[in-house]
Amino acid sequence: MRRGPGPLDLAALTLGFAFLYLPIVILVVWSFNASKLVTVWGGFSLRWYASVFANEQLLDAAWVSLRLAFVSATAALLLGTMAGLVLVRIQRFPGRALFTGMVLAPLVMPEVVTGLSLLLLFVSLDVPRGFWTVAIAHTTFATCYVAVVVQARLLTFDAALEEAAMDLGAPPLRAFLLVTLPLIAPSLIGGWLLAFALSLDDLVIASFTTGPGATTLPMRIYSQARLGVSPEINAVCTILVGLVTLVVVAVSIAQKHRLARERAARGRHGECP
Amino acid sequence: MRPPLGRVLLVAVPFAWLAAFFLFPFLIVLKLSLSETALAQPPFLPIVEWVEEAGDLYLAIRLRVQNYLTLLSDGLYLAAFTSSLRIAATATALALLVAFPIALGMARCRAEIRPFLLLAVMLPFWTSFLIRVYAWMGILKDDGLLNAFLLGLGLIAEPLVLLDTEAAVLIGIVYSYLPFMILPIYANLEKHDPSLLEAAIDLGCRPVRAFWRVTVPLARPGILAGCFLVFIPAVGEFVVPDLLGGADTLMIGRTLWLEFFSNRDWPLASAVAILMLLVLVVPIVLFQRQQALERLR
Repeated sequence: MRRGPGPLDLAALTLGFAFLYLPIVILVVWSFNASKLVTVWGGFSLRWYASVFANEQLLDAAWVSLRLAFVSATAALLLGTMAGLVLVRIQRFPGRALFTGMVLAPLVMPEVVTGLSLLLLFVSLDVPRGFWTVAIAHTTFATCYVAVVVQARLLTFDAALEEAAMDLGAPPLRAFLLVTLPLIAPSLIGGWLLAFALSLDDLVIASFTTGPGATTLPMRIYSQARLGVSPEINAVCTILVGLVTLVVVAVSIAQKHRLARERAARGRHGECP
Repeated sequence: MRPPLGRVLLVAVPFAWLAAFFLFPFLIVLKLSLSETALAQPPFLPIVEWVEEAGDLYLAIRLRVQNYLTLLSDGLYLAAFTSSLRIAATATALALLVAFPIALGMARCRAEIRPFLLLAVMLPFWTSFLIRVYAWMGILKDDGLLNAFLLGLGLIAEPLVLLDTEAAVLIGIVYSYLPFMILPIYANLEKHDPSLLEAAIDLGCRPVRAFWRVTVPLARPGILAGCFLVFIPAVGEFVVPDLLGGADTLMIGRTLWLEFFSNRDWPLASAVAILMLLVLVVPIVLFQRQQALERLR
């Protein structure tokens, strides 16, 4: 694919990215509209942002969602890293096919089915539903995403490095913690962020598994959106989009710098890549 | 030889978690799909019961097949299934048509620009799904932006009904799942060896023909992966048909939701879930096999 983009390719890229971004840009611009009407521009205003920060229900829901995302991303990072290691490093154990299936299936499972099945589990165990039941639900599906990210990284990872550490007398766990873990850390950060974003985004599974007192931000946005477009929701969405963009761009810049530094270091030592 | 404890724990902990919170819940759904609705809390009857009759004790198992019979005989449920499959398939085809030129354009850009383009495709994927669907509500509604734009240009005399139609659902699905289609196709196209195309052209093949005979066949694994990644979740989609499709758009994910939350018919909702899985099991297995083949290559 070295040919270079032709005029048709440039047209496809322009139209494609316009399609991807225009709806979001419109949403952002309209959140600053002083008028309540979607089609009338009433001048620039921050009044909807003021009303967001005065809306305690929304703020409560945002706080629930952030705590939920933090807890479930952290648990999913732990479980998912283990699952990813198992997929790559442990080829034989009873039930391996089942294990692989259980890691991959949630990635394509319809959310309504996952949500319903977890709710029925909690009901049949008579567990009171609330923050922790949603946290368990989010941890479960996020674990699978983290496992796939970690698996992909470990497949290209040179196991000889860890073996060298063990040859030099490090016990396996120590070799893993001191050699492998720092090397795959960027993927782990990526996996944690993915799990965080997935939890923050989820409406369907949370709606099934939640209980009184644990209404998440997407649930609030959804119940207001059902009543129609509202500028206040536009403002909430703009804040979320802004935060996500900031984090994603910051992380990718950091990773780019890391790569550049590593490349420079390799160049200095005259090693082969 | 007994495997070391660390190894056993490494397998056992995620295994136990997934078995408890993924596999086991499905068995409960299966059980519930065969139970009877009741005005109780929780709203269903047990399927296994001790019954005393004339002094004798029986272990009675009552499997209510009626939930499935209702689904298979009531035209509304069947229509929801078929229209979900139709909408998902149409949306997948449309997404492929939109995504392929974008992926191709990205792959043909210079190597320094590509990471930025990739980031630009990923960014909407990281932004909330709900927000992206919601954004289309403001564009598509009767007094929304698209109608205002078309009226302003004089292309239409009165506002079109766009929101609460199947077309809106298609737009919503294509829009929100587009990154899932672009990414695998791009990942595939990026690896193509340009000398193959050059060879075809040197041998007298016209560029358009070379595209169909060389690029497209080589891109098959990426195209297939993208299609599965859009089609499978789209069949059970809830948010898009609920916010953009209105009351008339039948999709099975929404049916399940309504049976559960509005009608409180948990057994019927479970039967819908089981049938949905049966419908999806073929594409899911095909997808996993295709992924496994890819990994071997």
